[in-house]
Amino acid sequence: MNIKKNIAISDSGFLFNPSTGDSYTLNPVGQEILKLLKDGNNDEGVIEYILKNYMTDKDAVEKDLYDFKNMLKNFKLIEDE
Amino acid sequence: MDKKQYERPIIKSLNNGVMNKFGTRNEYAALTHIEGVPVKSLLQEYGSPLFVISERKIRENYRNAKRIFETRYPKVQFAWSYKTNYLNAVCNTFHQEGSWAEVVSRFEYEKAIKNGVPGDKILFNGPDKTDSDLRLSIKNNSPIHIDHLDELYRLTEIATGMDKKPRVAIRVNMDTGIYPMWDRFGFNYENGQAWDAINKIMASGKLNLVGLHCHIGTFMLTPSAYGVAASKLSELALSIKHQYNKDITYLDLGGGFASKNTLKGSLLPGSDSVPEIYEYAEAITTAILNAGFQPDDLPYLYLETGRALVDDAGFLLGSVISNKRLSDGRRATIMDFGVNIMFTSFWYDHKISPAQEFGQHTEDTILYGPLCMNIDVVRENITLPPLKPGDQVVVHHMGAYNISQSMQFISLRPAIVMIDNDKKVHLIKAAETLETLEKGEVLPEYLKEFNI
Repeated sequence: MNIKKNIAISDSGFLFNPSTGDSYTLNPVGQEILKLLKDGNNDEGVIEYILKNYMTDKDAVEKDLYDFKNMLKNFKLIEDE
Repeated sequence: MDKKQYERPIIKSLNNGVMNKFGTRNEYAALTHIEGVPVKSLLQEYGSPLFVISERKIRENYRNAKRIFETRYPKVQFAWSYKTNYLNAVCNTFHQEGSWAEVVSRFEYEKAIKNGVPGDKILFNGPDKTDSDLRLSIKNNSPIHIDHLDELYRLTEIATGMDKKPRVAIRVNMDTGIYPMWDRFGFNYENGQAWDAINKIMASGKLNLVGLHCHIGTFMLTPSAYGVAASKLSELALSIKHQYNKDITYLDLGGGFASKNTLKGSLLPGSDSVPEIYEYAEAITTAILNAGFQPDDLPYLYLETGRALVDDAGFLLGSVISNKRLSDGRRATIMDFGVNIMFTSFWYDHKISPAQEFGQHTEDTILYGPLCMNIDVVRENITLPPLKPGDQVVVHHMGAYNISQSMQFISLRPAIVMIDNDKKVHLIKAAETLETLEKGEVLPEYLKEFNI
């Protein structure tokens, strides 16, 4: 899963997709995950990072990541494979 | 290194639409305590979900309404509408404050008697009163509010064989300018049915006509409609005085005052759009005072206010079971309380607050209950912070009708506690068990065994 290269993410969690003109907001955890995915991390890498930095457990992150990626797909922020 | 607080990742599309001129509803501030008692500890001790009643709020609402009416009219009497919430603890709080009882069925009547309400302070409404109900009411001197002609004739017949003259009122329905007009209960004012019924009562000599009653609707958002109703009842009372030289003891304006709940489809939350009690009081008392009664002959004003006095004294606490994503990308959250204990969710958008602190990000979600039924939707759309399984929420304005109309459908009914004025928590109804559900069931002997 590759995040579209041309999307812009600001430090305050504002995301802009220049190809559609749509904009989005992300909460801090959403921002971190999106950056990790954009940098080419796979699911394991993302989960490991979140568990290292946040108070949560693996099951919760796994579920949430699955849902979050579905939303990215839904919003067409992912490159066609 | 200290780990950061985790919050479910969310991405929300920003839509450029027309701004709502009223701004966004900020209804998701955390509510961690009810009457000073932590939500978390309540749920831990009594289980989730849990109904919570604030005794302080009931008394405050009652005293406020009483003061508002009594400063405008000299003779006011409230009668607690049992069907709104017939938990004994709730009824008795109202009785301690001086409220009489208003009942609409035999079991409610018996409940009031059992609670210690004197018979002559129980107003008996409703279309279904059996001969035995009528005899009991006559014996106890309870005012019987006659709903239809059959009841009038039946009562006259029963009274013939008794040594007591029943104290009666007739229920009057009328056009008060609101739609839909409630005309299924009582006798109509405009077409003369009400006056005919009065003449029949007076002519029979068997019944003592002491009052006139009306109940113009429910969740009434137009106080002036009560003014019209009070004028029409006053006119009937004055006509009785003129025709029969008889003073009517009371005018009963029924219930129907709105609570601060938000009706589905309304632009503004109920807290901003629902009339205040004083607006109803002003309309009613002005109409009676201006009707033409001699000051010494002013009738008592009876009020059967239920919802407006108890709704905001009731809360439902519950927990998140799961989050899911619907096929179109919408977020859905499954709660552990459903429409079986939230009957009013069919017409209100209940205010729901998270019971724990959260960040600034929110998302739109559908709230489902736990029932395996498609109709189990608690809120069709609500903006809440990202909730995770186990997170707790507080549903506001749950004191009216939800408990009395709840049912054990798929899910059993939860415990109910009351927090007293000293912040002490009292269990006032235990959570149901399978035994509660099966009480009264009889399984025929031949169905007790099977082989599968």
